[in-house]
Amino acid sequence: MSGYLEGVLVVLAINIILAYAAFLPIVAGQLNLGVAGFMATGAYVSAYLTNAQGWLPVPSALAAMGATALLALVVAVPILRTRGIYLALATFAFGQVVVAIILNLDVVGGASGYPVRGYLGFPVIATAAAAVFVALYCLFHTRFGISVTAVSDDELVADQMGLSVRWLQTAAFTIGSAVAGLAGALHAHHFSYIEAQYFNVLLSIYVVLYVLLGGTQTIYGPLLGAAVFTLLPELLRGSAEWRYVIFAGLILALMTWRPQGVVTRSLLRRLFEWRRPPAAEAT
Amino acid sequence: MLAQQLVNGLMLGSVYALVAVAFTLTMGVLRFLNFSIPGIFMVAGMLIWAMLKGGISLLLAVPAALALGAVLSFAVERLTYPQMRGGNHFIPLVSSMAFLILFENLVLIVWGSDQQRLLLPFDSVSARVGNVVIGVPQLIGLATAVGVVWVLDLVLKRTRIGRGVRSIAEDAETATILGVSVGRVVPVVFLIGGVFTALAGALFALNYQQASPFMGEEVALKGISAMVIGGMGNIWGAILGGLVIGVVETAAIHWFGARTVDIWVYGLLLAILFVRPTGLLTSALGGGGAK
Repeated sequence: MSGYLEGVLVVLAINIILAYAAFLPIVAGQLNLGVAGFMATGAYVSAYLTNAQGWLPVPSALAAMGATALLALVVAVPILRTRGIYLALATFAFGQVVVAIILNLDVVGGASGYPVRGYLGFPVIATAAAAVFVALYCLFHTRFGISVTAVSDDELVADQMGLSVRWLQTAAFTIGSAVAGLAGALHAHHFSYIEAQYFNVLLSIYVVLYVLLGGTQTIYGPLLGAAVFTLLPELLRGSAEWRYVIFAGLILALMTWRPQGVVTRSLLRRLFEWRRPPAAEAT
Repeated sequence: MLAQQLVNGLMLGSVYALVAVAFTLTMGVLRFLNFSIPGIFMVAGMLIWAMLKGGISLLLAVPAALALGAVLSFAVERLTYPQMRGGNHFIPLVSSMAFLILFENLVLIVWGSDQQRLLLPFDSVSARVGNVVIGVPQLIGLATAVGVVWVLDLVLKRTRIGRGVRSIAEDAETATILGVSVGRVVPVVFLIGGVFTALAGALFALNYQQASPFMGEEVALKGISAMVIGGMGNIWGAILGGLVIGVVETAAIHWFGARTVDIWVYGLLLAILFVRPTGLLTSALGGGGAK
């Protein structure tokens, strides 16, 4: 495999993981614009554990995931008190504060960045991306997944049917943030260098765009969205400086023709109709 | 020294305030975060730079920038708002973000990615009040900002179109039933927002004598924060929020260093969201974004 191809695939794998980090809260009706903040947390915790504590990269990445989940759980209490656009803005502000704090932490290099020991290559990162997908696939076929989907379809009805909307939203937010932390740790150990400025709000917004573009109704949406967002600019590389202009035009066209995202439940139903008897279609 | 910091903060804050007004209009009336605003802000700033460099008078450059801002904002409206109806409420967010990517990259192609230095046609003039130095252009900028918002406030309160805007902010459905033409009012909101954004971009470029294809991003984030701190959908709140952020930012730089600015500014935003999510002033545009 050429170095270029491997580089693109690593970015793709990390973007897929990030897309699922944003997807989980979106499904529970929350727009998390602070994904980059949680990613930064994971990246810096993992880097610190390998650099200063001598951990191996894989256990430190998993520990970083746990630490990010813990942080998310703590901030979920005040953040999830806000709703709608206020929640999105609270997560945005939180992400900005996290990055600004890291920028002032000299123990992890502050503004000059932080070199990371312990390299993780493409096989480990691809495995992680596959594991995240499989884990979420399983999760969405449990009672939890069905409940979260119910919340996204109609929060009020879900609440009246006895689902604990608050608990489901906290869980989705925390798990999503943990996944973002994992993506951050993988990023740190692959590129061997991290700087706080990289984890800015535009990164968070792009990740949300992957999900909205791919479609939020099914588990396949974020996968497709991340793939399109990562690969399309690479495929347009031939047209050099025009590629992001073309790219922006394509997003606008897509939002006009498929406002629900590319992958929807009805699309999947139509594609796989032959596999199921008509009675099962009603769901 | 303290007074000087306060003056510098208010000058910076007046730019944030204008951007916050643009955000609060689309937020209060249409309830979506219009991410094309940093793009329009930047295009206006870059156009001022290019025209001044080409030897064109400032008296021509500023109106041209405002007109371009209005036209671009109108184009954004045409390609986002109609799609919003009946669809996923995240759509305008995605589409307006696509416009930001579009504007930034078009400017990159035309003018390159360098930070440009503005050549002002006049010498920097400053007035002295006691120990405090006040830049005259900055002062004119601040006065303009407050002036246009005052006019906007009058328009919203007294005119037919203003009543239409406020009724849609309150409840779009009821407004439609009562005969307000939503299709006619919404483009006006975008036109006004575009002019405010372009004015902010022009003021920023002239005050700080610089322009770059990415100049809008940081300012827009502060503008969004200003909108929330002041109270979403409230134009005077946007002004108040903008000035508060400008002062907090200059104070943080002065006492704690430039690296800590984001901790203070976004920490304040977070604190306001937790304690008083409706912002300092309650909404004047009706329901505001409080939903």
